[in-house]
Amino acid sequence: MQTKLSESKVELNHALEQAKKQREISISEFFTKNRHLLGFDSPLKALSTTIKEGVDNALDACEEANIPPTVKVIIKQTTPERFQVTLEDNGPGIVKQQIPKIFGKLLYGSKFHKLSQTRGQQGIGISAAALYSQLTTGKPIKITSKISKNQPAQYYELHLDTQKNEPEITKGEQVEWDQQHGTKVVMEMEGKYQKGKRSVSEYIKYTAVANPHANLTLVEPDGTVINFPRATKEMPPKPKEIKPHPAGIELGILINMLKSTKSRTLQAFLTTDFSRIGAGTAKKICELAKINTNARPTRIAKQEADNLLQAIRKTKFVSPQTDCLSPIGDELLKKSLKKEFDAEFFTTVTRPAAVYRGNPFIIEVGLAYGGTLEKETNAELIRFANKVPLQYQQSACSISKSVTKTKWKQYGLHQSNGNLPVGPVVIVVHMASVWVPFTSESKEAIASYPEIIKEIRLAVQECGRQLGKFVRKQGKVKDEAKKRSYLEKYVPVIGEALKEILALKDKDEKLINENLKDYLERSRKL
Amino acid sequence: MNEVLTKIRATALNVKNKIEKKKKPEVSIPIRSLSNVNYDPKIGYFELKGAKKIRALTVNTIKSFAQTLKMMALSKQVVESNDMATKREAYYVSKNWGDARFKEQPESDAVMDDIEAMFLVNREQLGFIPEEKGGDIAGKLKVIDKDPTTGKEIEIDCTKFGSGAYSIPSSVEQLKFKTDAKFILAIETAGMFQRLVKHNYWKTANCILISMGGVPTRACRRFIRRLADDKKIPVYVFTDGDPYGFMSIYRTLKVGSGNAAHINKYFCVPQARFLGVTPQDIEDYKLPTHPLKDVDKKKIKDVIKNDPFVREHKEWKKALEKMQKMGQRAEQQALAAWGLNYVMEKYLPDKIKDPKKFLP
Repeated sequence: MQTKLSESKVELNHALEQAKKQREISISEFFTKNRHLLGFDSPLKALSTTIKEGVDNALDACEEANIPPTVKVIIKQTTPERFQVTLEDNGPGIVKQQIPKIFGKLLYGSKFHKLSQTRGQQGIGISAAALYSQLTTGKPIKITSKISKNQPAQYYELHLDTQKNEPEITKGEQVEWDQQHGTKVVMEMEGKYQKGKRSVSEYIKYTAVANPHANLTLVEPDGTVINFPRATKEMPPKPKEIKPHPAGIELGILINMLKSTKSRTLQAFLTTDFSRIGAGTAKKICELAKINTNARPTRIAKQEADNLLQAIRKTKFVSPQTDCLSPIGDELLKKSLKKEFDAEFFTTVTRPAAVYRGNPFIIEVGLAYGGTLEKETNAELIRFANKVPLQYQQSACSISKSVTKTKWKQYGLHQSNGNLPVGPVVIVVHMASVWVPFTSESKEAIASYPEIIKEIRLAVQECGRQLGKFVRKQGKVKDEAKKRSYLEKYVPVIGEALKEILALKDKDEKLINENLKDYLERSRKL
Repeated sequence: MNEVLTKIRATALNVKNKIEKKKKPEVSIPIRSLSNVNYDPKIGYFELKGAKKIRALTVNTIKSFAQTLKMMALSKQVVESNDMATKREAYYVSKNWGDARFKEQPESDAVMDDIEAMFLVNREQLGFIPEEKGGDIAGKLKVIDKDPTTGKEIEIDCTKFGSGAYSIPSSVEQLKFKTDAKFILAIETAGMFQRLVKHNYWKTANCILISMGGVPTRACRRFIRRLADDKKIPVYVFTDGDPYGFMSIYRTLKVGSGNAAHINKYFCVPQARFLGVTPQDIEDYKLPTHPLKDVDKKKIKDVIKNDPFVREHKEWKKALEKMQKMGQRAEQQALAAWGLNYVMEKYLPDKIKDPKKFLP
C-alpha cells in the first residue's frame, strides 16, 4: 500500500514538473530548430533557397501586376563564409504598412488562402531567409520598395522577434530610388557559392527556360554577369483564383468548407462554394445523399458530411475550368529550349487540364535532343512546379518517377531499368496547378498522386514518340551514308574480279563499275 | 578446258551480262544442313536435296558478293598455273583486296565452302588445300606416290616405319596402292593406334591401321575410300563408345555430313562398318564407364529424332537407346582395365571373327 501511494505521488510530481515546461512554441522558434524543413540545412543550400524565394516572389508580384518582370540578383562575398545577397525587381512595390509583416513574420502572405497558380504558397519563404540571415550574421534585412513614380521609396531595416513571431523595425525612412516602382531586398548570411549542378546559376537558367517573358540577371561573387534576356514580351495569361472542384475533394476539407461557408442552404453552398456545380447537379447530389436542399451547411458538417461526400463521389462533373492555369505553352517552351540548349531536335507537349483531389493541373513536357548535348551521360531532367525549377530531392519526385518508368528504349535511347535514359537529351517537365502537392515545406519534390503520375507519363510518352521518329530518321540518314561508302568500296572490287576472270579490257571494267553503281543506287531507293 | 574453269567463267559471265542489262545479278548456292540431305543406303552417302539459297547482289550483300568473285578469280589463277594455295594462304592473298579483305580466316573458309557448294566440286579441285594433317597409316600397304620435283614414281612401304607412321598427304587423288591386307582398321585415338603399332598388331591380323585423330579430315576419308574401292577390302571403325564416336566420327566417315553435303559423294566410305566400342560391348566386356555428359544426352536425343542415317538404320537407333538407358559411356582405352594388351589378344580377335555383328 505504502509503496503504491508513493508511486502515485511520484507520477503526480512528474506531471507538475512537465506542466512547468509546457508552453506555446512560436513558429519562428520552431523553424529556428528545424531549418532543414525550409531548405536551409547547409550553407550551400541556404544561399540558393534565399535566392529562389526572392526570385519567386518577384516574378509572382510582377505577373500579378501584369508587368514584364526584370529581376536582378547580385551576390557579393563579404567574408570567407558570408555573402551579401541583393534581389531587385521592377514589380508593383509593397505598401509601407505591409513591408515589415511580409519580410519579418513567418506564415504571413496573400497566397495561402486562395486557390490560384502562384509560385509561393505558404508565406514562409522570404521571411525564413531573413530569419536565417539574422541567425547567422545578426544583421538586419534591408528593404527598399516603391509603389509609384510619384511617391518616394520606403526603406526599412528589420529584425525578427523569434519569440513573438513579429517584426522589429530598427530603421524606417523615406529614400530616393531612381526606379519607377519595384522592390529591393538586401540580406547578409553565411553561405557557400558553387557553380555547376544544383547551383544558383543553374537555378536562374532553368527559371529563364520556364519564364520566357522574364529578363533575369545574375551577378556572381567573382563578378561574372550572366543575363538571360526575355524570349517574348507577351505576358502569360494571368492565372485566376478559383473555387475548389468537387471531384476528389476529401472529407476533412469538405467539413471545413461546410463549417466556414457563408451560404445558408446546402443548395447554395454547393453552387457557390464549388466550381462546376450548377443548380441541377446540386439537386441531384442532395437527392443522392438523401439530404434536403435547404438543410443548413453547419449542421450537415457534423452529421451528414460523409453521406454528402459519397453523393459527390457518385456524381459526374464537368472538368474544372482551365483558364485559371497559366502553362508556359508549347511554342514558348520550345522557344526557351532553343534559346538555352544547343540541340538539333525540340518537341513539346501540353496536356489538357486534369484534376487531382479537386485541384486542376496541367502537365507540360519539353524535350531537346542531339547537338552539343552530352552523349554519354544520363539525360538532364529539369523539373518545374508553377514555373519554379525544383533542384533537390529528384528521386522523391513524381516527375522523376514517371520519367524513369517510361521505356525510353522504344524511343531510341539507352536506359538501364529504373534509371534516367542515357543520351544527349534534356527533358523538361512542368506542373502548373492551383495547388502543387509538395512532399515538404521546402518545396523540392511533387507528391505522387496517381492522376499526376498518369498525366506526366502521357505527356512524356508523346514527346518520346516524336523523339523516336527523329532518332529513327537520323538513323536512316546514317544508314544511307554507310551504304554510299559501301558502294564506293566494293563496286570496284567486283569490276576487278570480273576483269580478272573474263580477261576484260579496262574500258569494259569501267563500264561494269558504272552500270553496277547506277543499278544499286536506283534499287536502293525503292 | 577444265570443268572448274568453265564453271567460274560461266558464273562471271552471267554476272557481267546482268550488270550490263542493269538487272539483279544472282548466284544460287545449295543449303548445307542435315535438313537438306537425303540418305539412301543403296547410294551410301548423304545426298543434297534441292533446297537452294539465292544470293542476289544488293547493297547489303555487295561485300560478300565481291569476296566470292575475288575468290573465284584466285581459284582460276591457281588452277590455270597448276599451282595450289592452302586455305591460310588464300586468306593472306585477300589482304591485297583493299576493303574487301577478310578479317579472319573463318570468313575466307566460309566463302570457299560457298564456292565448292555452288559448283558441286571440292576445294582441292578449286586449287585450295587445307593445312590439316590427314591421318596416320601403319601396316600392310604400299603407297605409290610421285616425287614432287622429278615426277618419278616412288613406293612407300607402310610396314617400314617402325614405331612411327606414314602421314596421309592433303591431296590423295594421285596415289596408287598395293596391298594384300584383309581389312582396314580406322581408329579414333592416337593412343590406341600407338599401342597397336607398337605390338605390330597389323602383322598378326594382316591389316592396315589408320589413325583418324578424332573426326577424320577430308583427305583421310578420301584416302580410305579410294583404298577400299581400289583394293576391295572392308573397312572397320573402332572408336570410343560415346555419341561423339558413333555420330561425329563414324557417321561422318561413312556417309558424310550435312554441312559438306555437296562433296559427300567423294568423301564418304559407304562400305565402313562399326566394330566398337558398342553399348553392347560395355556390358559384354564389363568395361569401366563414365556417366553421359549433358551434351551426350542431348546429342542422342537429337540424332534419334533428326539424323536421316539413324532413322534409316534401326540397329543404330536401338544401340543409341540402349546407351540412353544405361546413361554411361566407355572409352576405347577402358579395355586396358583387363590388361594392357587385352585389346589385341582378346577384344579385337573376338570381334573380327564375326564382322556380320558389326553395326551398319
